[in-house]
Amino acid sequence: MAMTMTQKILARHAGAQSVRAGELIMAKLDLVLGNDITSPVAIQAFEKFGKEQVFDCGKIALVPDHFTPNKDIKAATHCALIRNFARQKGIQNYFEVGHDCGVEHAVLPEKGLVTAGDCVIGADSHTCTYGALGAFSTGVGSTDMAFGMAYGKAWFKVPSAIRVELTGKPRGFVCGKDVILHLIGLIGVDGARYQSIEFTGSGVAELTIDDRFTIANMAIEAGGKNGIFPVDDQTLAYLREHGAKEPVVETADPDAEYDRTIRIDMDTLKPTVAFPHLPSNTRTIDQVGDVPIDQVVIGSCTNGRLSDLRIAARILKGKKIAPHVRCIVIPATQRIWLEAVNEGLLQTFVEAGCSVSAPTCGPCLGGHMGILAAGERAVATTNRNFVGRMGHVKSEVYLASPAVAAASAIAGKLAAPEL
Amino acid sequence: MTIEGSVFRYGDNVDTDVIIPARYLNTSDIKELAAHCMEDIDTTFTSRVKQGDIVVAGKNFGCGSSREHAPIALKGAGISCVIAETFARIFYRNALNIGLPILECPEAAKRIQAGDRVTIDLMSGTVADLTTGETFQAEPFPPFMRELIDAGGLIAYAGSQPNNE
Repeated sequence: MAMTMTQKILARHAGAQSVRAGELIMAKLDLVLGNDITSPVAIQAFEKFGKEQVFDCGKIALVPDHFTPNKDIKAATHCALIRNFARQKGIQNYFEVGHDCGVEHAVLPEKGLVTAGDCVIGADSHTCTYGALGAFSTGVGSTDMAFGMAYGKAWFKVPSAIRVELTGKPRGFVCGKDVILHLIGLIGVDGARYQSIEFTGSGVAELTIDDRFTIANMAIEAGGKNGIFPVDDQTLAYLREHGAKEPVVETADPDAEYDRTIRIDMDTLKPTVAFPHLPSNTRTIDQVGDVPIDQVVIGSCTNGRLSDLRIAARILKGKKIAPHVRCIVIPATQRIWLEAVNEGLLQTFVEAGCSVSAPTCGPCLGGHMGILAAGERAVATTNRNFVGRMGHVKSEVYLASPAVAAASAIAGKLAAPEL
Repeated sequence: MTIEGSVFRYGDNVDTDVIIPARYLNTSDIKELAAHCMEDIDTTFTSRVKQGDIVVAGKNFGCGSSREHAPIALKGAGISCVIAETFARIFYRNALNIGLPILECPEAAKRIQAGDRVTIDLMSGTVADLTTGETFQAEPFPPFMRELIDAGGLIAYAGSQPNNE
């Protein structure tokens, strides 16, 4: 029976010849992930299983990244709980602040912990990021994480899929963020509910792996179970460079069934902004009007990678952030931070008037490091702009690419990127 | 298992950030979470909600973050069931895993109004609006899922099963 790429990965992990959409399966997991918000609840649940050990101390990743460096006593208490659990159980992939930590979905691929063909769950909705590398990965809650840590398995309803056929290539400052915002604008925040989004077409080769991370990352913003890219030479080179395990390359059957096909000609895309309070509320940059802003955030699991910082620095080089705007730059990992230092990017940011933070999810979810007051507006390279997401319930978040964010920081209002 | 309560009604795309804002996620204490449940879209929710009450909402309820704290906060606040046109998938999974019954029932979600008294029979999936006299039929849960909800969630259910390996 013809299967999508996602279905093939799930079938292999369920030990089945084939699976079909709607079927309930129990699948083996290659990696179980949790962060400092979701892991404490999962650890408490794990204790109730009465199991001494986790299923495989090499296949669990604990990344305290949301409220770290610890923002308050309660957050510190949660992190201490995770640290103790990791020590006690001998968890190999525990990432400590400062040592090798960072935003989870940037850290794991960087450390080679995910490879093509893997089946990964994470107690974080943006776990779908690893679809960029041809893995099946999806967000779950803490109870599923606890079960995964105990037994190395999770149950899934096999998803049907939407095929997104990409052609052309992003022009000028258009990047992966604009592709995914455009798609979410087309299909809505529940347009792919319960479904896989499988990206195909000649345009895939025109997207860097970082672009693909950004796109797969926001599949959840369309309600998707996962977003996934085919494995090509770029993917294999990335996996090799980062010391990932031997990949298992799955491809969708040519006659696989899709619920629908959406075609996006990337040649025609413009920089795109999602207005409050939904990621689907998109406008192209030429339609945004006059929107004065108070803050810019460049970072997160969506757009905190080196290539994102390079684009922002290119635009900010020799310029000044508008006087009334706070521009906060957050390299997603320690390694990205160091590379940004070595390339002189951080100097560019500081000279332009940016505040450069340690790696953290921080402001993206209204945690810390850049919370908004009532009536304030931020342009952010993050992934959600729900009511109150970055702070006060009467604040606003505009989602955009690093290029648009940097240009807006200089202009003091939403602005098109230019050099 | 029959539920009866008064209805709190919300619209489409109620996300987990408004069900329980991230600024309160530095705790996993159920009472603390419940004390801030829904406050960013309904400041009166926590003062009005009573044990057994029901949330009725539109499409894609629970979209956004994977935080299990969202269904935990609703359950902790006293909510006995959420009825919606559709649910976001992670919330759907999380709610059942922690033993909060949820029903996809587009007709009921469209017709039932705020403040109505509603009874729900989880065995049969029947939803009755006592205020208007209307009844609706949702897909009933299979027996194992009813047992799981009765047990209080996946962990307790797994513990009660003879061969949970």
